[in-house]
Amino acid sequence: MSTDIEIVGAGVAGLCAAQAFIERGCRVHLIAASHGIDDSCCSWWAGGMLAPWCESESAEPLIFRLGLESLSYWQKHSQSIQQAGSLVVALRRDRADFDQFARRTDSFARLDRAQMEAMEPDIGHRFDMGLHYAEEAHLDPRKTLLGLLESLRQNELFSIEFDRQLSEAELASAPRTGWRIDCRGLAARDSLKDLRGVKGEMLILESREISLQRPIRMLHPRHPIYIVPRENHRFMVGATMIESDDRSLASARSVMELLSSAYGLHTGFAEAAVIEIGTDVRPAFTDNLPRLRRRGRTVHINGLYRHGFLCAPAMAQRAASLVLDGRIDEDVVDENTD
Amino acid sequence: MSLSFYDVELDSRLLLGTSLYPSPQIMLDAIAASGSDIVTVSLRRESSTEKSGQAFWSLIKSANVRVLPNTAGCRGVKEAVNTAHMARELFGTPWIKLEVIGEDDTLQPDVFGLVEAARILSDDGFHVFPYTTDDLVVADRLLNAGCRVLMPWGAPIGSGRGLNNPYALSSMRAHFPDVPLVVDAGIGLPSHAAAAMELGYDAVLLNTAVARAGDPVAMARAFALAVESGRTAWQADPMMPRDMAAPSTPVLGTPFRDL
Repeated sequence: MSTDIEIVGAGVAGLCAAQAFIERGCRVHLIAASHGIDDSCCSWWAGGMLAPWCESESAEPLIFRLGLESLSYWQKHSQSIQQAGSLVVALRRDRADFDQFARRTDSFARLDRAQMEAMEPDIGHRFDMGLHYAEEAHLDPRKTLLGLLESLRQNELFSIEFDRQLSEAELASAPRTGWRIDCRGLAARDSLKDLRGVKGEMLILESREISLQRPIRMLHPRHPIYIVPRENHRFMVGATMIESDDRSLASARSVMELLSSAYGLHTGFAEAAVIEIGTDVRPAFTDNLPRLRRRGRTVHINGLYRHGFLCAPAMAQRAASLVLDGRIDEDVVDENTD
Repeated sequence: MSLSFYDVELDSRLLLGTSLYPSPQIMLDAIAASGSDIVTVSLRRESSTEKSGQAFWSLIKSANVRVLPNTAGCRGVKEAVNTAHMARELFGTPWIKLEVIGEDDTLQPDVFGLVEAARILSDDGFHVFPYTTDDLVVADRLLNAGCRVLMPWGAPIGSGRGLNNPYALSSMRAHFPDVPLVVDAGIGLPSHAAAAMELGYDAVLLNTAVARAGDPVAMARAFALAVESGRTAWQADPMMPRDMAAPSTPVLGTPFRDL
């Protein structure tokens, strides 16, 4: 007999969890408070960089391990994945930051000006030094979420209910049969007291003047940014990191910083159209690492921080083996119940 | 003699910033390893409104250290004064590290704005810790404006270059023997912190050197040791350098080999 799984939340964690449990033959019912896959969840605003090597400059080794697994998952499950590596650049005066970044990461090739120009003709000539992480990839988060939902809908074990907010009483106990996988992100703060918000602001710009093949990270002492190319001449520019859980609006200062950094990367961005200014709040635990937290027959997948797409598939696999095999990966499972 | 700022006595002579850590947990562990009694918190960037940064504030409060809010990144007198008021309300302390930045690339203090803001805030009951240059005249004006602590830079913020002008820092020490002096900014290595303490400075304040180290917790400990070492050296009255060698073993009774 197949196990009943109720998943709450339709962000990248919820959808990956649904997929993982379906693959294990479970009957999955997904409940989301939103109207659909839309801008109300912070996965919608993600950059979509799959960059375990670059992230390990400052993230813990766990993120790298989860990232590698997730990268190979997306290679199979995302239609929009682009395997073009990523490029880290810096201006000459920020050489110290650049050298430090190189020292703390690996699996890159050092590029000189000519090699960068060959790789990214539009911006390569502007920088004297670059690092190319060939194995990294990027995807379009929105297309990927919608694609995941579409393929889940094909499966008869799967059902979904949008526009439904579970009440406190409903959330207090697991469903009568089976398990609940709570993937509500910051909304789960009602039961995960050590969850906090880290605000991020991002832009979508459109320019026909500029073409990029891969995500570019520009190191800068005050405003490090990344730019991820999307379809139709669009570019995602991100992202700020502010200790705040105010998801209402982007600040003028942040937008100014993002724009001026984009302009620093390519002056053509001065003429770009501003398509979107996005703001959301990433859910994070105190150590900025993701967790599976079990309480009875409820398992929370949360604290994915800035690593939603980089960690969600690997965390979903661990949730499935926790529930179905009783297997505990001690790096991510946390049974502390406050 | 113990360290005191505005009549508050403190044990540690290392003040630590709270920005740029890989995670709040690593920040808390680094604060513990540093033994610091005071951490600086920049209000400007951490929360866009007063209430929204609560989770981060309560983490900082859990470190059980005194908070020195700062006006990091403020560009003008008015901005800095407003930020100071927000900080006083949020943290319930009259302490404020006053930064008025004059130039974005060097993050050099705007000393004119600094003196003006220091006066406004001191008159309003704040206990101002001004981030300043090593200029003696500016230092004097800051004291006249009501400051009872001075925090000259070692080098530009985040540059990690150490003490750019030890001579100027020494003369500041000599000029203001009774004012608590803190080297703030520019420290990259524990040896820089030790050097500042050996000049007779009362404390050092740093952030990036710990937060952006590969292992911030280990580096925090390294700085704690360096600060203690430099302070002890200063108290022990170091020998003066000399031009010629001087034997450290007694020569009495040995033959005159060079005759």
